[in-house]
Amino acid sequence: MDFSVLLQDIPTLLVVIIGVPAILAAYIIGGEYLVRRLPDKNRPQVRPWLWVGPALFLVAAYLLLPAIFTIKQSFENNAGDWVGFNNFANQLGDFPNGGAWIAIRNNVIFWLIFYTLFTLVFGLALAVLFDRVRYEQVVKSLIFMPMAISSVALGLIWDFMYQYQPPGQAQTGTMNALVTTFLHHDPVTWLQDQWPAEGFNVLNNLALIGAATWGITGFAMVILSAALKGIPGELLEAARVDGAGELTVFRRVILPLMMPTVVVVGTTLVIFALKAFDVVYVMTSGGYNTDVLAFRMYKLLYSSYNLGGASSVAIILLIAVVPVLIFNLRQFRAVEARR
Amino acid sequence: MAVMFAAVACGTGSTQNAGTVHVIAQWSGAEQAHFMAVMKPFLDSTGIKMAYTATRDEDAILRSNVAAGNPPDLAAAPSPQLLTQFAQQGKVIALNSAVDMGALQNNYAKSWIDLGEPLHDGKLYQVFSWADLKGLIWYDPASFQAKGYNVPKSWDDLMNLQTQIKSTGTTPWCMAIASTGADGWPGSDWIKEIVLSQSGPTVYDNWVAGKQKWTSPEIKLAFQTWGQILGPGDDSNVYGGSKTILSTQFGAVGTPMFAKPPKCYMLNQATFIPSFFTSADPTLKPVTDFNFFPLPDINSQFAGAHVVAADSWSMFKDTPQARKMIQYLTTADAQTIWVKLGGKLSPNKQTSLDAYPDPLAKEEAQLLAGTQIAKYDATDNMPVAMKDAAWQAVLAYAGNQSKLDSILANLDKVQATAYTSS
Repeated sequence: MDFSVLLQDIPTLLVVIIGVPAILAAYIIGGEYLVRRLPDKNRPQVRPWLWVGPALFLVAAYLLLPAIFTIKQSFENNAGDWVGFNNFANQLGDFPNGGAWIAIRNNVIFWLIFYTLFTLVFGLALAVLFDRVRYEQVVKSLIFMPMAISSVALGLIWDFMYQYQPPGQAQTGTMNALVTTFLHHDPVTWLQDQWPAEGFNVLNNLALIGAATWGITGFAMVILSAALKGIPGELLEAARVDGAGELTVFRRVILPLMMPTVVVVGTTLVIFALKAFDVVYVMTSGGYNTDVLAFRMYKLLYSSYNLGGASSVAIILLIAVVPVLIFNLRQFRAVEARR
Repeated sequence: MAVMFAAVACGTGSTQNAGTVHVIAQWSGAEQAHFMAVMKPFLDSTGIKMAYTATRDEDAILRSNVAAGNPPDLAAAPSPQLLTQFAQQGKVIALNSAVDMGALQNNYAKSWIDLGEPLHDGKLYQVFSWADLKGLIWYDPASFQAKGYNVPKSWDDLMNLQTQIKSTGTTPWCMAIASTGADGWPGSDWIKEIVLSQSGPTVYDNWVAGKQKWTSPEIKLAFQTWGQILGPGDDSNVYGGSKTILSTQFGAVGTPMFAKPPKCYMLNQATFIPSFFTSADPTLKPVTDFNFFPLPDINSQFAGAHVVAADSWSMFKDTPQARKMIQYLTTADAQTIWVKLGGKLSPNKQTSLDAYPDPLAKEEAQLLAGTQIAKYDATDNMPVAMKDAAWQAVLAYAGNQSKLDSILANLDKVQATAYTSS
């Protein structure tokens, strides 16, 4: 590795290492000094602002302002002229197969429902079942492992899993090997096959969602497992003494107590589903009707250089996420309040 | 806080070391090593340093770097369409005073220099260092000989050979048009080559420029001609049929051809494909294990027409070091280094034919030099939205030939907007 680049940038390094802490310290000490000079009764009003000031500045500079510019840009063409709702009309025209509709459908129907559902069900089942075995830690680590893989690597791995060879040939992809050996079915082109219909392609969308689910199930499992461990053993025992079977214990005791966590994990997953990008980018690049909003935005921005179009897709995505975000925050607060 | 950011910004600005040239290109792995070998004599003799970034998503990276006011000094092969935009916005620097124009005009065919002037205003915005020749049909000479097949000299010969191979119960063609992030392009090469050879350069140029409708008889005929290659029943001439065509990565196209016994006998790919053959099976040798013939002329009026692609260079920051480097890259000396390492052709007439490492590469170089009508890759020169739609159309057509009319009508719709919006 060549570190000479670092040496070339010594002034920058000095600024970062010495300058940043110095300015921060000066800000705090100077701010406090000024606050102390204020009359007693005003101090409590000013001091919080002093301390959250830098954070507010960063949020404004890196989140709020760009969002406002994006909204503005979604009403402009590349030259910066106002075009009204034209960009949105382009994205939302030609229902159901034109514009962004396929991406919207894939995001808010396939990804939102199946990705969230699969991950929650698998995560919950694994958490509850592994809670009962001695080798719990080992298995949980294994299930969690895909979380450590970058999404691009994950996409490549599943590309191999879904590989296709013509019928009668040795299948090099795991999925097709399973399908041909155990189901005696012809091999399937998982990522290209638009079964059952081109306008309603469940199969290749599910193939992508399956790959993404494999990567995230560990995340859902560890959080749900932690919630499960928080349920007092006496409660479960009391239920069992009262004659409840294991299924009833799960349905009537465990699940209700875990519900707040399930909801928080679920809404987080919904947000993940709406911003799905990497797996689609790596595995199909949105081809064969598997486009999603985040990828469409990327394409419009970087390939087509359609700034207005990309911004309007970003706004559509934002509008789709906001209700979930609000719900998530409320739920989070409710959980905090119960503690 | 603002002071701090300003200070950081200044810090980065002032450290732009006078002797370093930042280069962005797509080469990684073995190709990166070859490129480094090309640059070594230049870097050693001048003392100039090179900071190299490799990315496969080059257009996206370049676009964001240029937008952020932080472009590299030199970039290899941004798509021609992107370069045209940069030239219009004044984001790239004209090379007329940076390279030796006299030497360039002597050593390069005029078509290469014309390609470098995307705005047709006499300003040169890109120069070419290496080239690929498309439309080569690769085959295994041993299996051709075993079956008594002859290399076709004409389009009719090719059609007859196709029928002959098929009559033995084997599929004539191997085809694979998947390519992560760019599915469909290897199929679109077929269409380009057929359009150029069948309907000639004028139709081709108009088609690239968006003035030739996709539903026009010429383009439709090109698709139908490719359909004859694919075979009746959508795909009966191709090993594995449309499912294999669509789901196999282009680099793996040769595998069934080298199987014993071969599952298919011919494939169409550019000059770079042997490196994929040999990386899959290092025992394969050029000439004895694989050889090529150019796709036969369809219309004798346009004989010797070939589609080419090339590695181009553009300059984003005008520094003396960058000027020297781009000048170096146009010389035969620089280009010969990679030519010797294999897998590249040089567009510079001064590059000696003896530099090519094997007889096939030499033959390719001769073919490139002798090309009567050289046209640059059509889809690469179309606006991105048009290019993407064309690739998607190729995928759709390879899956279902009967939908040709609706596929072409849809392309006309994209064509109507793509050329004005970007």
